[in-house]
Amino acid sequence: MRIRACIGLAIFFSAAALAAAAASADDFKTAFAKATAAEAAAGVLKNQWTTTAAELKAAQKAAEAGNFDEAVKHAEAAEALANASIAQAKEQAAEWQHAVIR
Amino acid sequence: MRRAVLLLAAMMGLAGPALAADTVNPKADFKAFRDYFTQRFPNVPLNDFVNGPYSMDADLRKQWVEIDAFPPYQFALDKGKQMFETPFKNGKTYGDCFANKGIGVRQNYPYFDTKSGEVITLDVALNQCRAANGEAPLDYTKDDMAALTAYMAYTSRGKPFDIKIPDDPRALAAYRKGEEYFYTRRGQLNFSCASCHVQSAGDHIRTEVLAPALGIVAALPIYRSEWGGMGTTSRRLVTCNSQVRGVPLKPEDELYRDVEFYLSYMSNGLPISGPGARP
Repeated sequence: MRIRACIGLAIFFSAAALAAAAASADDFKTAFAKATAAEAAAGVLKNQWTTTAAELKAAQKAAEAGNFDEAVKHAEAAEALANASIAQAKEQAAEWQHAVIR
Repeated sequence: MRRAVLLLAAMMGLAGPALAADTVNPKADFKAFRDYFTQRFPNVPLNDFVNGPYSMDADLRKQWVEIDAFPPYQFALDKGKQMFETPFKNGKTYGDCFANKGIGVRQNYPYFDTKSGEVITLDVALNQCRAANGEAPLDYTKDDMAALTAYMAYTSRGKPFDIKIPDDPRALAAYRKGEEYFYTRRGQLNFSCASCHVQSAGDHIRTEVLAPALGIVAALPIYRSEWGGMGTTSRRLVTCNSQVRGVPLKPEDELYRDVEFYLSYMSNGLPISGPGARP
């Protein structure tokens, strides 16, 4: 009886933990919105990366397949890449002059 | 009082380099650019820089000489000549839009148009000509535009680049933006145009030899074996951006035109060699 109760509890907590770890459609929407906003900001600076676009596409594809864990992962990667391209553009705004042949 | 003067002098001293860096001086840039390449590659005759990788690598040059016996761009030249001479629906031709009927004028492009305040490349001028005659524009990256510009370059072979920067702050701003674009690192690989064509000119990137920036625009448009066909200036710039994992601009975007303006000015005096053939 005791063992059964323990197994039941273990199954319950495992399921609860899995439910907590799994990303939802809302999680994807939030992550995707943040990524697309960052990518749009990179676009204003005319400095988008092809790899950001690829991650956004992969995120959408995973979301359409209902794989929100994967979708969030790709959206977060896209956001990180977009932010890196923004940082590059801001740094290069002054830095390019140091490369000019004088 | 003396302290105030010293402080002012110190402030001016600090401000000096920043001001110098912000000053646009195409003539000084031109001299520094030319000196850099001629001193780095003292055995390359000045006019040979227009031959890009073939000026850097003897073996590659031998292959090119043999290939050029039957130029891979010949089909584009034939097509371009035919297109150039075929009247539009209204009976006019491309020649009617250009000085000297469009023959031997490649070396004057791009130019800064003081009316529109923009840089006009040969490709843009051709589409302006089409629009003025009621024709649909050509795609800036495709074969028809490559064929037309190939023919116009061919009729200009040997003529030295003669790019002028008018005394107009907008022209200087366009030049400056072109220079900035050329030296700005972009894409996930963090490369600028200069990373390959200045700092690494003559080096290998995989099996290819990187062309020097000096004279790099003289051979355009080019037949590329890698592409299996002709490529316009736009195609070349779009591909460069993509190769460093940057999202390319639209063909003939203002910035692309500015960078062509900058590079063409740097090539002043060097002969048109287009259309070219590249690996």
